[in-house]
This record gives sequence, structure tokens and C-alpha cells, in this order.
Amino acid sequence: MPRPPSQSPQFSSVADVGKRLSTAGYLPDTQIATTVFLADRLGKPLLVEGPAGTGKTELAKALATATGSELIRLQCYEGLDEARALYEWNYKKQLLRIQASQGTDGADWDTVHDDIFGEEFLLSRPLLTAIRRTEPTVLLIDETDKADIEVEGLLLEVLSDFQVTIPELGTITATRRPMVVLTSNATRELSEALKRRCLYLALDYPSAEREREIVLSRVPDLAPGLAEQLVRTVRALRALELKKSPSISETLDWAQTLLELGLDTLDEAAVRSTLGVVLKHASDQDRAAAELRLN
Amino acid sequence: MTGVPGPAGSGGLAGHLDGFVRAIREAGIPVGISQAVDAAEILTVVDLLEREQLRHGLAAVLLQRAAQRPTYDVLFDLWWPLSDRRRTVADEADGGASDDGDEPGESTLDIPGGDDVDLAALMREQLAQLLLAGDEEALRRFAREAVEMLGRGQPSPSGQSFFSYRVLRALSPDTLVAQLLTGLLAEGDRGGLAEQVARQTIRERLTALRAAIESEVRRRTAAEKGRDKVAKNAVRPLADQVDFLRAQSGDLAELRRAVAPLARRLAVRLSARRRLGREGRLDFRKTVRASLGTGGVPVVTHHRPRKVHKPELVVLCDVSGSVAGFSHFTLMLTQALREHFTGVRAFAFVDSTDEVTRFFRPGADVVDAVQRIGREADVVGFDGHSDYGTAFEVFADRWASAVGPRTSLLVLGDGRTNYRQPGLPVLADLVRRSRSAHWLNPEPRRLWGSGDSAADRYGEVIDMVECRNAAQLAQFVTTL
Ligand SMILES: Nc1ncnc2c1ncn2[C@@H]1O[C@H](COP(=O)(O)OP(=O)(O)OP(=O)(O)O)[C@@H](O)[C@H]1O
Ligand SMILES: [Mg+2]
Repeated sequence: MPRPPSQSPQFSSVADVGKRLSTAGYLPDTQIATTVFLADRLGKPLLVEGPAGTGKTELAKALATATGSELIRLQCYEGLDEARALYEWNYKKQLLRIQASQGTDGADWDTVHDDIFGEEFLLSRPLLTAIRRTEPTVLLIDETDKADIEVEGLLLEVLSDFQVTIPELGTITATRRPMVVLTSNATRELSEALKRRCLYLALDYPSAEREREIVLSRVPDLAPGLAEQLVRTVRALRALELKKSPSISETLDWAQTLLELGLDTLDEAAVRSTLGVVLKHASDQDRAAAELRLN
Repeated sequence: MTGVPGPAGSGGLAGHLDGFVRAIREAGIPVGISQAVDAAEILTVVDLLEREQLRHGLAAVLLQRAAQRPTYDVLFDLWWPLSDRRRTVADEADGGASDDGDEPGESTLDIPGGDDVDLAALMREQLAQLLLAGDEEALRRFAREAVEMLGRGQPSPSGQSFFSYRVLRALSPDTLVAQLLTGLLAEGDRGGLAEQVARQTIRERLTALRAAIESEVRRRTAAEKGRDKVAKNAVRPLADQVDFLRAQSGDLAELRRAVAPLARRLAVRLSARRRLGREGRLDFRKTVRASLGTGGVPVVTHHRPRKVHKPELVVLCDVSGSVAGFSHFTLMLTQALREHFTGVRAFAFVDSTDEVTRFFRPGADVVDAVQRIGREADVVGFDGHSDYGTAFEVFADRWASAVGPRTSLLVLGDGRTNYRQPGLPVLADLVRRSRSAHWLNPEPRRLWGSGDSAADRYGEVIDMVECRNAAQLAQFVTTL
């Protein structure tokens, strides 16, 4: 595999990653910090996989902040195609240009052709944009598992040599390789080939200790004792095997809600009146109420 | 943090890594050549004195799925063990509760006597304190000492054995729960939310303790008897290799996580018509009309909305005792299918059949649904042993219109008939009337037709697929 154009590493050590991500508001554990460090050192894309709300997208954002990079985001969805991911010709504009040229005689087809396949008519999409940037860039390819298999082929091409060939314009090669973060909820397996090209980082719910730190850093006005109680209660909910386990997002929403309501302890009454913030399915709420003896 | 011990043997660090990669492959985790090359590069980039960096760094190139991680961690601990610092550990712990200055190995003979009982009691007291405090590092340190002091088996010529059951029996941590609850809860907190939350906290700490003890036993055993031997026995099957029929309740949660996305894909596959591209056919008139605004050039094209075909799916599943683990999975699958399609009907049978669609309303809870089927559905008519013939007959008779030319039929069961009528003609007729039909069987293919299994005969009238674990389910889904 040819190595993409190199870029000087952004981080000096694993500890440096930890420090700078924390400053950017993201608290990584050793696993996250180590894997990010390696992705930076080896110049490999980072594939982050895990359940919803475990901080995958946020990691990419924090990485951009920590390295002073711009974040370019490609949001994947079913039906995403090259025209949306890479580039597209602005054919409306092209058609109008052709029409306009029909009036003026003498403008032969070749000129018009060269003209309408010029820079002016090119619509750059996230992948191309990221490759053409000369300033530091983090390319976030979010929710890769939602895209169709064919998109993976495209990603594979772009991520292995960081160049794009546009037949009418020629080959565009990255002068400065972006840091690439792909995320996936693992609703389906990504292809072996794509996975092999990436460093793999599996995210799960954080340890109790780290989750409490996250809560306190994001909702600093919450009393530490209440944060502890909150995190313990969330963990009890996660153990119930609900349809949708509460994620870090829900823990944070819950913390915010308690603060706004001025609740200073998490007893049965408090949980009962705020459970909807954490559990979105009625059946999960019923189950939790029964198992945690809320009534 | 402890440094990585110098690699033993001739191959140096590279040879050591090779052995580690080989062990990972043997445990069922595929590692490609390029990954092995990348792993070697990791050694040059991470700080080798930081063991956790090495662990996570190698994992980042060697693993491709979260389910592989527990196996990986067991093997990592064997190949890159913590250096043996027994004395230091004992010294540190001596600052705590046990101050009778045992030298390691002194009071651990398996003779029922005052010393041993005292030692266990002292350590148990120390353990209660540690569990209450919840410092994971301290618990791990304790676990190492406990294995040293309490885990030895009878010495034998083949080397010293260590057993976690000995440690657990001596400490019986499960009986500490009441004491811990008292420690964690205030007076009035019993019975309600606070107790449930405290119980979960205690469960987590006990699980961590047990894991630490087992890990230390593996480490000591490997040091005594060689790591290859330990590696072979210590590695549990990956979640997607766990046999549905043999799944323990502990596996079920993990299994469910592995199966859920597959169920979703299966639902899509079973219902998918040929894709027509992103949009439907060109709506010519609308396009021409719109082009008037741009001087007759069809700048914007309009398409008819794509036709959505309502899939019809009938799931027919054996929920008898012989497939207990499997039917749990089966019902999970049914629930996932119901979440996506209104056109799904589910039927359960043992020796009679009943429609169970109503228990799987979108949003319903699988665990609840399973219990309600047991209580409320009419699936047992006679003695509670599978009777496929009767079950098929009841189904075909009572729900004659359920299966038609647009229906996909999915049968889930082991095809063990208890030597009763298999009901082949009825099934064959159902298959003929359906658009497509498949049978997922949780038994290994070589057992089909043995004993009371009619799987081989069913296989002549329906596409019978071996589906013992999540990996095979994934396989089935992709070939569909
Ligand atoms: N380590 C962390 N430090 C600080 N905040 C975190 C951390 N991890 C997660 N969060 C917070 O948790 C929330 C959810 O994170 P995020 O949106 O990145 O989840 P996600 O994994 O991308 O989820 P989804 O799969 O639903 O897209 C965010 O508000 C984020 O700020
Ligand atoms: Mg996200």
C-alpha cells in the first residue's frame, strides 16, 4: 500500500493526546488516547465503532479543536452516492451556459466543452474538499454503516492514496493529508478491506469514574455527590437490558435536567418525574420503574 | 505502570509478537498478513514501558470487532504478563488489615487448621473494606495476593496448580453482599431505588474481583506450566460463535447484541425488492412542465415516488424446551422483524400453534414477550413436548390464509419430533403456497436425521439451513 503524502505528527505522546483532548472538552481513557496517537503517528484513518451516544462524533470534533484543524464532515445515509460524497458537475449551470453560447455564433463546441468542465462548474463535496485543503483538516465520515456497500469502495480508494481523478480535470492529490475519523454504530459489518485500512477503536459506555468526570466537566454546577448518584443509577439502568440503554448523552441530559429543576438528590420521586429524559420508550420506562422499585 | 518483561526465546521481540499473533488466530480471530506487519510497526511507536499502551495499540491493528476484545485481553495478559512482583504486592497489602507477616507459600497448605481459617477470615475482612471502597486497582492487587495465599492446589511433579474456586470458596465474596449493602446504604434506604442501585454497584465490583482472580490464576498457571496450555483452555468462544442451544444466561445479553443488527438486515433482505435506484421512474409530464421555466431545457427532472412493496413475512417458531436458548434468539429475531414491518405475523408452537404477533407490538419488550407467551399463548395442547405434525396442521387449518404467493415463510426449530408425525405434506403445501421459504435449524448438520430428528426429511421439502450461532446467521443473511 503506498503511503499517502506525509504530514508531520500533531501529537508528541499519548499523554499529550490526553491533555489536549481534555482541554478541548473531551475526556479520553488510555485506549482512546493511545489509538488516536497511533492514528496520528502512522497516518492511518481511525474507525470508531460503538453504540449510540458513546462519544464517537464528539471525538472527531474534539480532535479538530485540539489540533486547530477545520472539521469537514461527510454524513452518511442510505442512498449516499459519489455525487454527494466526492464531487458533482453543476449541470444546471452547465446547461444554461450551453444555452447562452448558442446565441453567440463562432463559439465552437470544444471551447464550450472546456469551459463547462472547468473549476467554476465543479461542485466539491466533503471528500474532495478535504483532499484539496492546504490547512490542517479533520475529515469526519460519520455513521459509515448507514451508507450502501458501494460507498465503501469509494472510501477505500480515496483513503488509500488520498487522490481523486476527475476525468475532465485530471488527478487531484492531497498536498496535506487530513486526519480521518470514520464512525459506525455497527448496524452492519463494514467490509474487511475498509477495516484493514483503518485503526480500530471500539467505544463502549465509560467506566463509572470516567463518566462522573465527563458529567462534572460538562455540567460543572452539579454537586459531585449528585453526579456520583446519577452515574450509579444510569449504570443500574444499563444493566436492565432495555431496548435503548441510556448513553452518555442521556446521562448529560439528565444531569442538566436535575440542575434546572433544582433537585439535589436522586430519590424515587426525582427519578419518576424525570425518567423520560433518560428512557425514550414507554416499555423501557415501565420496566425500569418495576425493576428499580420506583413505586 | 509496569514495564513489559523482556521477551524470552530466540526470536526476540519480533518472534514474541509472532507467537502472540498466532495464538490470536488460533482463538478464532482472523488476522491478515498486513495486520501482522502493522502490529510490528506498533512496537516501534508505543512506549514499551507502558503496558496499557501496548495492549490498546496492538488491539487497534489486530481486532476488527468489539466481540473479539475479551478473548484478546485474555491472550494479551498471557503473552505480556505483568512482571512478577509478589513480594512487593504482599508488602503493600501488609500495610492493610493482614499484618501477621505471612511469607508467601507459608500458610497456604491445604490442611484444615487454625492458621488457614484465620488467614481466610482476615482476608475476607480486608476484602469487605476494599469492595466498599471500590478502588479497582486495589482490588486487583488484592486478587493477586489472594491467589498466592489461598489458591494453591496440591503440589504435583508437573508444577504448582492454582484454582480460582479455592480462592472464591475461602473468601465466599457472595456472602458479603448483606454487609456491603449495610455499608453503602443509609438507614431508611432499604427496599427502594437506593438499594437496587447499590446492588448493581456491588455486582459490578464482585464481577471485577472474580475477573481479577481468574486472570491471576491464568498468569500463575502459565508461569508454572507454560502459556500455550493455558491459552487453549482459557479462551471462551466469541459471542457470535456461541452455540444458540448452549447459550448461558450470561451469554444471552452479548448474543442479543450480536444478533440485533443481523435481525435488522434479515428483515431488509427478506423484504427487499430489486432496487430501482434512488428514485422511481421519470415523471415525463411533470419534467416537461417544469422545463418551461428554463426555456424548455429540462434542468430539473421529476420522478414518480418509488413503489413501496409491503413485505409479508410469516415466522413459525418452536418454543419447546429442547430449543430453549434458540427460541430466546428466535423471539428476539421476531421482535426485531416486527419493529420494521407491519406485515410480519409470528406463530409459536410446542405441540399446538398459536398466533403470538400481538406480544411483539413495536416497542414491546422481548423479555416481557417471552414471559407472556409462556403464560398466555395457547402453544401447548397435550403434553408440552414438540409435536411438529400437529403444530403444522393446526397452523394450516386455523390460519389458512396466512401464507400466500407474496409471503416469505421462516420456520425456526430443531425438527425433533419426539418420534411423532412430522407433518411433511402439510409443510410441503405451505412451502408451495409461499413466495419463498427457509428453515433455520440450531443443530449441527451432522445430527440432522439422528434420533427423533426429522430435519433431513424436512430438508427435502424446504430449504433447511444450519444456524447454530450468530456467525452462521450472518452467513445466511448475506446469501439470501
Ligand atoms: N469522553 C467524553 N468526554 C466528554 N464528553 C463526552 C465524551 N464522550 C461522550 N461525550 C458526550 O456525549 C454526548 C454523545 O456523544 P456523541 O454525539 O459523540 O455520540 P456518538 O457516539 O457519535 O453517538 P451516535 O452514534 O448517536 O452518533 C455528547 O454530548 C458528547 O459531548
Ligand atoms: Mg454520532
